[in-house]
Amino acid sequence: MSIQVEHIHKSFGSFVALDDVSLDFPSGALTALLGPSGCGKTTLLRVIAGLERADSGRVVLAGEDASDTHVRQRRVGFVFQHYALFRHMTVFENVAFGLRVKPRRERPREPEIRARVMRLLELVQLAPLADRFPSQLSGGQRQRIALARALAVEPKVLLLDEPFGALDAQVRKELRRWLRRLHDELHITSVFVTHDQEEALEVADLVVLMNRGRVEQQGTPIEVYEQPATPFVYGFLGAVNTFHGRVERDGLRVGETTLAHDSAPLAPGVEAIAFARPHELEIVTDPDSAEGIAATVSRLLNFGANARVELDSPASTADSGRPMHYEVVLPRDQVQALGLVAGQRVRLVPSRIRVFEHRAA
Amino acid sequence: MAVAGVLHGRIDARRYEANAATRESPWVRRLILGTALSFFALFLLMPLIAVFAEALRKGWLTYVTALSDPDALAAVRLTLLIAAISVPLNLVFGVAAAWSIAKFEFRGKRFLTTLIDLPFSVSPVIAGLIFVLLFGAHGWFGAWLFAHDIKIVFAVPGLVLATVFVTFPFVARELIPLMEAQGREEEEAAVVLGANGFQVFWRVTLPNIKWGLLYGVILCNARAMGEFGAVSVVSGHIRGQTNTLPLHVEILYNEYNFAAAFAVASLLALLALVTLGLKSLVEWKARQHAPVDA
Repeated sequence: MSIQVEHIHKSFGSFVALDDVSLDFPSGALTALLGPSGCGKTTLLRVIAGLERADSGRVVLAGEDASDTHVRQRRVGFVFQHYALFRHMTVFENVAFGLRVKPRRERPREPEIRARVMRLLELVQLAPLADRFPSQLSGGQRQRIALARALAVEPKVLLLDEPFGALDAQVRKELRRWLRRLHDELHITSVFVTHDQEEALEVADLVVLMNRGRVEQQGTPIEVYEQPATPFVYGFLGAVNTFHGRVERDGLRVGETTLAHDSAPLAPGVEAIAFARPHELEIVTDPDSAEGIAATVSRLLNFGANARVELDSPASTADSGRPMHYEVVLPRDQVQALGLVAGQRVRLVPSRIRVFEHRAA
Repeated sequence: MAVAGVLHGRIDARRYEANAATRESPWVRRLILGTALSFFALFLLMPLIAVFAEALRKGWLTYVTALSDPDALAAVRLTLLIAAISVPLNLVFGVAAAWSIAKFEFRGKRFLTTLIDLPFSVSPVIAGLIFVLLFGAHGWFGAWLFAHDIKIVFAVPGLVLATVFVTFPFVARELIPLMEAQGREEEEAAVVLGANGFQVFWRVTLPNIKWGLLYGVILCNARAMGEFGAVSVVSGHIRGQTNTLPLHVEILYNEYNFAAAFAVASLLALLALVTLGLKSLVEWKARQHAPVDA
């Protein structure tokens, strides 16, 4: 079942949580709502579920306007960040709840309920724990039970609010993969909220980036990572190096050098900000080179397959007056080939930069 | 809150004691403990013993006679009747008030929270007087009530009203912090799963608050049966008709019928002991059911 939201507005007092948000969640896809805390992603999820009422705008479920449909009738599955399991019920009863509260004529018979609950518990690999209470389970187990409980009523869409937010890193990673596999099996239209970009890029089919109640960009993980539409998206999806400069006809003027760039037809003379990922910078050790910008190696983190080089550049000092900080990732053997040491003066040459018009914040 | 408070208090005290850095020297402990215990003996234990000693001073026969006196039995019946009406009323009011304060956002929420405490901060005599002023012969609705032959003051309805007023905060006060701490998520989860309002309350909210609720009801009941001031004002002290147990004790005492007065008083003291026993039981049960991790 597809989900559309159209021109959703929602404010809490003077705080605008959602500002004219329109989105299309395709049927059967797993979509991530990604953004910093307070960006409105959870509010949007709750509006879709019906737990929150939008001030204006429409929620369309399977082509029908559901804005005035009660939560009970929306047939959505909702997984809460802190599980919200019924603490006085066993795992089995938690999962059975949605079936037991159905009106009598729709309610399955007891053997049917039992069979369905056990099937779901097997799906989430927790069948042996059916008689335990939520307080006796680990966080990861609780979240899987919460998911089984949401699936018990055969929802048309599955909404997950920071489903792994309260778990530690190891469990998070495991559950992430597990959720992806589960989605590939069930193919239920799912939306999950997260502030973890790695999680969004790794798990989702589609990523929606939100900031300050607005949608910044929507696309596949590769699209949003490779072609960020706004400086915010660039900064939010992974580490970046920033250059401040002025657009000239043949490139971007940063300090005393000019960097070539291919993007954005900005008018010459415009104040601009440019980004490059850590792997998109090259280090040139030849001291006579005039290419790129001057920088000093401040630290070498030389472990794993890739080494990280941290550099400071007094030359391209930003308007703030502080030295700019850069980060370069390159294969370890290359670091050895270059013979880099801390304190060495080098030049940084970006292989690719993206330029955006600089707006005073 | 009281239930949770006890739970945390215990753990903290144990840790505090075990730690040499925070442990007080023996004589300080003995001094503090001694002070507390002697106050307890002087002001709580001695009167309790005195009540039973005085009640039984003239032997069992006098004791039993005093309790089986028709007026005494009428007072027992009336006290039970008032409690049987006002405790369920306050149970419903208390749950409704706590529910609306803990789970909804609305204007005047703080005001309502403060208002619930009013019966605690107002002297019970004033509580009684309010109802006399409203429903008494010369009160606001007095003439109308007289014309329709409805008796409130100096009759059972007045006694119930005064008791409900005085015991109003017990259930609500107990539940508000409990429900606030539990939040709305479990209820939201239930609604998303298709439960209607009644199912949410019956299957999710009530099981979560039941120990706190029981605790509040026990305290509410104890006060309903033991209330003196407010009830005294609206009662009119008609023997065998509008005399509750506490009022009956006073009448007997004023008539210098000490043995009978203490005999009836011992019933109230017993009620207090039973209440304490139940209260501890509920606290213990609540601790057993307290989630390890909420």
